[in-house]
Amino acid sequence: MEKMIVSPSPHIHAPASTASLMRDVLIALAPATLVSLLFYGWAELLLVCVCVLCCVLTEYLIEKFLMKTPPTVSDCSAAVTGLLLALNLPASCPWWVALLGSVFAIGVVKMTFGGLGQNVFNPAIAARVFLLVSFPSYMTSWSAPASIADAWSFAPVDAVSGATPLGIVSEAMRAGQPLDAVFAEHHFSYGQMLFASMGGSVGEVSALALLAGFVWLLARKVIKPYTTLAIWATVIGVSAVFSLMDPSSYTDPLFNMLTGGVLIGSIFMATDYVTSPMSNTGCVIFGFGIGLQTMLIRYFGAYPEGMSFAILLMNAFVPLINRFCHQPKYGRAK
Amino acid sequence: MENKHTFSIGGVHPDDSKLSKDCPVEVLPLPETVYVSMAQHLGAPANPVVAPGDRVKAGQVIAEPAGFISAFVHSPVSGTVKSVGPRADLAGNKVNHIEIAVEGDEWAEGIDLSPELVTAIPEDSAFILERIKSCGVVGLGGATFPTHVKLSPPPGKTAEYLIINGAECEPYLTSDYRIMLERSKEILVGAALMKKVLGNPRCVIGIEDNKPEAIAVMTESLLSLQEESKDFAGIEVLSLRKKYPQGGEKQLIDAVTGRQVKSLGLPIDVGAVVQNVATTLAVYEAVQKNKPLVTNVLTVTGDCLPAQRQHNYLFRIGVPLRFIAEQAGGVPEEAAKIISGGPMMGKAIANLDATTVKGSSSLLYLTDAQTRRQPEGPCIRCGRCADACPMGLEPFLLKRLADAGDTRQLEDNAVQDCIECGCCLYSCPARIPLLDVIRIAKGDVMRIIKSRPRK
Repeated sequence: MEKMIVSPSPHIHAPASTASLMRDVLIALAPATLVSLLFYGWAELLLVCVCVLCCVLTEYLIEKFLMKTPPTVSDCSAAVTGLLLALNLPASCPWWVALLGSVFAIGVVKMTFGGLGQNVFNPAIAARVFLLVSFPSYMTSWSAPASIADAWSFAPVDAVSGATPLGIVSEAMRAGQPLDAVFAEHHFSYGQMLFASMGGSVGEVSALALLAGFVWLLARKVIKPYTTLAIWATVIGVSAVFSLMDPSSYTDPLFNMLTGGVLIGSIFMATDYVTSPMSNTGCVIFGFGIGLQTMLIRYFGAYPEGMSFAILLMNAFVPLINRFCHQPKYGRAK
Repeated sequence: MENKHTFSIGGVHPDDSKLSKDCPVEVLPLPETVYVSMAQHLGAPANPVVAPGDRVKAGQVIAEPAGFISAFVHSPVSGTVKSVGPRADLAGNKVNHIEIAVEGDEWAEGIDLSPELVTAIPEDSAFILERIKSCGVVGLGGATFPTHVKLSPPPGKTAEYLIINGAECEPYLTSDYRIMLERSKEILVGAALMKKVLGNPRCVIGIEDNKPEAIAVMTESLLSLQEESKDFAGIEVLSLRKKYPQGGEKQLIDAVTGRQVKSLGLPIDVGAVVQNVATTLAVYEAVQKNKPLVTNVLTVTGDCLPAQRQHNYLFRIGVPLRFIAEQAGGVPEEAAKIISGGPMMGKAIANLDATTVKGSSSLLYLTDAQTRRQPEGPCIRCGRCADACPMGLEPFLLKRLADAGDTRQLEDNAVQDCIECGCCLYSCPARIPLLDVIRIAKGDVMRIIKSRPRK
């Protein structure tokens, strides 16, 4: 007979591949990346380039020389880690800190466990936490150019610097100052948080850009909404209860949703396939755990921001959640 | 409003690709020689009752059932028996065949070949069942299980639902669609016959909503038959929301009745009997026309065929596949794989000289780009396989357990429930050959289960 392929069924395949899914994540991150480039200019461009290139290069070198397996950088997963890490750093962060973080993310968190699909912890989040505890001063202060023109100027310019809104409010909460006064003093407005330029990690600059990415991921069926929505519901629920009890001591739900890493974390980091549960119920439990820990750290912990720690801690529970949570099976209802 | 009727767990949405849906059924010419397989039904292969040199007529019995789960085989043509012996089937396995040289087209006595519709339902259920058995009717939806066995529920079990499967959820296939358009009344009479045998359960004809013309034609024919006779009361046409594998027996039962068959159980355990539309047509021809199952409709299709080379053929069962391919203009250059059946569950043809069998439903040509497996990557734990599995299994886990050879854990995680629909492999972005591995593991676990002493 003519030369024909003979193989078992099925004989066709859905178009999605690992690389196409990762490319969709990169596309979803594009709005947030563009907004942060706009506001932070050259400094931000340098960070993005350093992180993405270092992540990809680290993975390539480890696979080629240490593991001696075919390089898999073309699946774009290292690029996703790089971009996520860049968006989790303040723009004022020195390039060598970003480089260290990238090597740690890929070299330690991802490749030592066996590469893509094998890591227990989200590489970008683990690297952020690694940098946060190693270089707290670089990671918690921020500085932003006074204007967009300054951001893209070659001449040295004055930058506005200080702590993030979350840092300022957190400080005030611990000092027992009434929150409305703090808000008024620093001219915080929700409109500003929603659209752009909040200060903090560059990825936190625009809530709207992050939400646009969320919509893209859902529309392309890259992720399911359960984890993200469970985090939001928990954050809103916990902060609503506390802020209603004592509005002058506890921040309200909107503030908590729009500041810190809640949006970028819940949309892009907690939904990472490898380090989140398989079943829908598992995702809800996972999301609830992240939301709860984030709020406990924010209200009662030593750090102003709890998202990274919460995700990291819940990553460790994923194998346990997977063991007990399964999708319903056909014909086996109890 | 969105159509709610579909199965509740998993499923995927491959492109429809019903390229041949507007091609009316054509009668395929007779070849010089036919080869009739003895193993074209589930169960024991039939025993030949003819010898080389015998002259046979079309519709004459040439092989008898070799057990309870087995079926009669009839000659599809008139002519002379040339040989009886092993011959390669489409996978290359040797199976007993009867070779017949075609001479003229003479039919056995008592077979009504007129197109006239016979709607009167016989009073005697035993007579209906006997006709279905003696005419060699088997399930044409894929499994080719002998139909008379399926219509005889074991003692103590009664059918509450007769479900006629017009889902045709596999992409590309259009043979069921064409017969629903062209022979709707015959199918409805077939349904009424089986309904009678089963003691008048509710009869639901499930058709996916990507075939609105078929739903319209079947509904219209049903209404006109219901006006004529009360034998057609209690039959209804149900539109199902398109999703693969809707036509899977367990999925269709869930979609229509909301009931789920227990693991390793039978549809009759939840009061359901499922029959395909092509089988239903064969039942009509057997009972009302005394015409044995010697013809069926087959689709010749593929994206690499131009529109004028797409076909739906009424073929004699036993015609070699190569003859059909040649009648349809030959195998296209771009074809890299030929499939008998749909692209999700069909079998790749290793031997085009193999013959057609009762269950043959298509010759599907796929190009290299469409069908070649891509290199396997690492599992990224996206969970798409688990979301796609219509049985609610976790293919990623089953694959891991199968690689470890852990049959106990495989059984605990229900590998034996796998229906081999291919949704997991189809949807895996890392292109891991999930079903290949799970299929083998399922075989191992089933052997272990069967070898246990019965309680």
